[in-house]
Amino acid sequence: MSSEAASQAEMHEDKAWEPKLLVFCCNWCSYAGADLAGVSRLQMPPNFRTIRVMCSARVDPEFVMRAFQKGADGVLVAGCHPADCHYIGGNYRTRRRIALLKILIQQFGFDPDRLRLEWVSAGEGEKFQKTIIEFTNKIKELGPSPMKTGGD
Amino acid sequence: MAEKIKIAQYWGAGCGGCDVALLDIDAKILDVHAIAEVVFWPIGFDGKLKDIEAMPDKSITVSFYNGAIRNSENEHVAKVLRQKSVIMIAFGSCACYGGTPGLANVTNKKEIFETVYKNTPSTDNPNFVTPQPHIKVKEGELELPEFYDSVKTLDEVVDVDYFMPGCPPTTDLIATAVDAVASYVTKGTPLPPKGAVIASDKTLCDECKRERVEKGRRIERIYQAYEIKPDPKKCLLDQGIICLGPATRAGCGAMCPNAGMPCRGCMGPTKAVTDQGSSMLSALSSLLNITDSESSLSEEQIMEMMMQVKDPLGTFYAFTLPKSPLKRTVTEKKRKKE
Repeated sequence: MSSEAASQAEMHEDKAWEPKLLVFCCNWCSYAGADLAGVSRLQMPPNFRTIRVMCSARVDPEFVMRAFQKGADGVLVAGCHPADCHYIGGNYRTRRRIALLKILIQQFGFDPDRLRLEWVSAGEGEKFQKTIIEFTNKIKELGPSPMKTGGD
Repeated sequence: MAEKIKIAQYWGAGCGGCDVALLDIDAKILDVHAIAEVVFWPIGFDGKLKDIEAMPDKSITVSFYNGAIRNSENEHVAKVLRQKSVIMIAFGSCACYGGTPGLANVTNKKEIFETVYKNTPSTDNPNFVTPQPHIKVKEGELELPEFYDSVKTLDEVVDVDYFMPGCPPTTDLIATAVDAVASYVTKGTPLPPKGAVIASDKTLCDECKRERVEKGRRIERIYQAYEIKPDPKKCLLDQGIICLGPATRAGCGAMCPNAGMPCRGCMGPTKAVTDQGSSMLSALSSLLNITDSESSLSEEQIMEMMMQVKDPLGTFYAFTLPKSPLKRTVTEKKRKKE
C-alpha cells in the first residue's frame, strides 16, 4: 500500500472504526457463562463474535494466526478454570500455547495484549461481561490491527 | 530417436545448493541427458534470458525454479519461465515456502539497505549510496532489479504445478521427480495431480529411527542443542531439544535427527496443516510436563516456563515465514488519543 493510500485508509478507519473481536468459548464452561450473561441481560459492547469449541485446547494456534491474518483486532480464548476442565487437562495445554503464542505474535509485531486468555465458568456470566468490556476497551485503546493499517 | 524435451533450471533468491543437488543424482543425470536438453541454467552454463523470451509458449517441458522471490528480476524470470513451460516446479524450500531468505520478512527493504550499505563496520559509504532501479549515466540508462520489501514464495507470483521441498531436495526425491517426468515423456504415464508435493504425506517422526516414548510423553525443560549431549538412540524432543519433526513433512529420510541434529523443518508443513509454525508450537506446548501442582501455577509462572523457547518465530518458521498466515512482521501504530 502506498503511504498516501495508507494514510487515507487510516483517516477513514479513525472515523468509523469499531474493533472486531473473536471469542473462542469452550462448550462446558465459558459458552454456558456467555449464555448466562445473555439471558441475564447483562450489557456488553457488541464488538465480538463467538465461536463455540468443545474445549479451549481445541483452539489450534493456527486458528489464532488465521484470525489475525483475516483482520481480527483481538482474539479472546475462554475456557474452564484450572482443575475444572471437562477433559481433565485441556486448559493446561491451552495456557501453555497461549503464553507461547503471545511471545510469537509479539515477534510478528502485534501487541501481545491483542491475545487474551480468560477462565470463565458456567456460573460466571458477570465475569464474561466484565472480560468483554475490558477487552473491548483495551483493543479500542490499541487501535486497528496492524494487518489493516498496512504494516511496514 | 525422438526429439529431446527441453528443461530449464533457474535460481531466484537461493544459495545454489539446489543446483548442486540436481547434479548430485549421480548416474541418473544420464537418464536426464537421454531425454532432455537443458535450455537455460544460469549457474551451469551461459544462456541468455532473451533467447528464452523468444521461444514459443509452452515449448519447455519442465522448469525447475529454486530460490525465493526477492526482487523484480526473480519475479520476471519466474513469469517468463511459467509462460514458456508446460510444468513449473517449485524446487527446494525457498521456492516452496520462502526458506532461509524468507526470514528477512522480519525486517524490510529500508532496514536491510541501512545495515548493508551503511551500518556494517566495514562499510564506508558517507553519502549512503544505495542501488537504484534506474540511473542515467552519460552512456545511457542503467537498470538494476528492484529490491522488494518482502520475500515471496514462487506460488505467490506464478501458478505452480508441483512442489519439491527440502533444503535442498534429496537425491531420492529428485530421482522420483525425474522418473515421473521421464515416464510421462517416454511412456505417457500420467503425472501426479496438480499441486502435489513430491515427498511423503507423513510426518518426519514416522521416518526417524530414534526411539520415542509412546505413552505419557513429557519433558521437564527445554535445552538448547549445545547445552546437553543427547542420547544417540532416544528421540531428541523427549530429551528436551526442540526438533521440528512432529510438524514437518517426511521424505528426507530424517537425515538430521539420525545424525544427532534436531530437525529445523526444511520440508515444510505436513499435508494436514498449512502453518508449520503453529503446528510445532502446539506440539511443543503439549509436551511440557503437567504436575499435581498445576492448578496452583500462576499465569506468570506459565509464561516463564514458555520463555524457555528462545525466539519462537525463528525456531518455528525457520523455513516457512513467507508461507505462514501472517507472511511477515507488521508494526503497531499506537492510536492517537482523541
